[in-house]
Amino acid sequence: MITTELVLMLRKRRVWLCWALLCLLPTVVAILLATTRLAPPPGRGGAFLSAVLSDGQLFPAAALALVLPVFLPITVAIVSGDAIAGEASAGTLRYLLVRPVGRLKLLTAKLVSVAAFTLLAVLLVTVTSYVVGVLAFGFGPDAELGGGGITSLSGATLTPLQLAGRTAGTVGYLALCMLTLGAVGIFFSTLTDSPLAAALGVLAVVVTSAALQPLDAAEAVRTFLPTQHWLAWIDLFRDPPLLDAVSTGVEVQLGWILVAFGAAWANFTTKDVTS
Amino acid sequence: MTESVITTSGLTKRFGRVVAVDHVDLDVPAGVRFGLLGPNGSGKTTLVRMLLGLVHATSGSATVLGEPMPRRASTVLPQVGALVEGPAAWGHLSGRANLRLLDASGPGGRRRDRRRRVDEALDRVGLAGIDRRPVKAYSLGMRQRLGIAAALLRAPTLLLLDEPTNGLDPRGIHEMRDLLVALNATGTTVVLSSHLLTEVEALCTRVGIMDAGRLVLADDLASLRAPTGRIRVRTPAPDAALALLDGRVEGRDHDLLTVRGDDPAELNALLVGAGVPVTAIDRERRSLEQVVLDVTGSGSDRFEGQARR
Repeated sequence: MITTELVLMLRKRRVWLCWALLCLLPTVVAILLATTRLAPPPGRGGAFLSAVLSDGQLFPAAALALVLPVFLPITVAIVSGDAIAGEASAGTLRYLLVRPVGRLKLLTAKLVSVAAFTLLAVLLVTVTSYVVGVLAFGFGPDAELGGGGITSLSGATLTPLQLAGRTAGTVGYLALCMLTLGAVGIFFSTLTDSPLAAALGVLAVVVTSAALQPLDAAEAVRTFLPTQHWLAWIDLFRDPPLLDAVSTGVEVQLGWILVAFGAAWANFTTKDVTS
Repeated sequence: MTESVITTSGLTKRFGRVVAVDHVDLDVPAGVRFGLLGPNGSGKTTLVRMLLGLVHATSGSATVLGEPMPRRASTVLPQVGALVEGPAAWGHLSGRANLRLLDASGPGGRRRDRRRRVDEALDRVGLAGIDRRPVKAYSLGMRQRLGIAAALLRAPTLLLLDEPTNGLDPRGIHEMRDLLVALNATGTTVVLSSHLLTEVEALCTRVGIMDAGRLVLADDLASLRAPTGRIRVRTPAPDAALALLDGRVEGRDHDLLTVRGDDPAELNALLVGAGVPVTAIDRERRSLEQVVLDVTGSGSDRFEGQARR
């Protein structure tokens, strides 16, 4: 079933369009920056953006920071909201269930395919923005010194191997953050037969979380907000990397995935499929 | 007593305040072609969905192929082919790709036989030469055929088909009837639900009639359509016949007389012997339509009388 699910996902035009658009935004930003050479001053604009002009290798980090707040959540909401509700509205849900595919198995396959989608999305953004960044801005001055290394946020130089490792960590971490939304999307998807409603529900969660984040009154629940830890990966580019925020983030995201998937299972396993 | 493939006892489904299926005790013997008839909204589809484990019963129990449903769905459903409320497919894929993925998604069958299974199923429904265009470009009839192919994919011992000839042209309906009769001859029990009387009358050996969620009648078609003990005679000289058969004639509609009696040959000899020409003579049988109209109400898409305020 998991194979079927992956094949189905990879053959959807919508999925490829999401990926293409995700890669397009950083590319547009890179072209604008490269032609105008007007980087936002440090402290303003997206993270890392001020630094990319001097070193194109930092561009993947800047690109991830660009797509993270809105673009990435939207694509994950669309794909995960479609998970069960899409099959229900197309009528294929009933034929899968009488094939028979167990309901838990179907949900698991959907979670795996959403995970594959988020991982590939983050990975594609990273790879294309690395290529675009190096093409547009070239290697930084440290590259000659350290053989392709970059300057970390703490000032010390990272070797290419360290850079690769930390980028991989970032990709994994962000894919996990997005999978949280994916799991919430799958839960919403079992509540309704409308993929659009489920996707909008996910975005409502993102907006609510982001709105609560700066509130002092929400201090008590802040740690548990899914968006709270999204930027923790920036710590991975310090030297030595700070892992506190990241590991808290991983725990919170895993908690969300567990709860959302559990809720999806509890709802779906006893649901009357009347679509 | 033949084995039953479907038995339900007191099967009931409520959706909120609406009782969709109301204490249905259904019994479908193995090897029959069973037609489930009833007006729109009489609960046919909900009953079929409960038998397939898609909808959970509020109360009562169902047994399919000797196993309780939906508890043993994983052992029962691989032997059941189903078409529920119209066909459905992933619109962006071709029909062949749809069947392959559906085959791959569930248990049973070897991978290397998949192509053969898919080709056989497509061949049986007359889609063997199908090209690579996506299902969303298919006509209604092609989708219907594809849906039936999907039901046949796993060589089921029980076929549960909801409105199987929907969207098919007369030739398609005829082909489907031949296909179902052929499958039934090789031992597949066929259960189909329909609101088309002629379809059920032409295909089924046993009929169940639902009305407002209840199974109001289940009987062999032959006994439902048993002679009524009357003979219908058409003659160009009805007055002469009336005079001859005085007392036995129960109804007259121009040149068509309804006469009490069981033996048309005897009546024919009597009339012809008396010089009354006979152009047509046959036993009167109840049509299935008459049976259905007798036992069902108006159906749920019709609301008569004063609206509740």
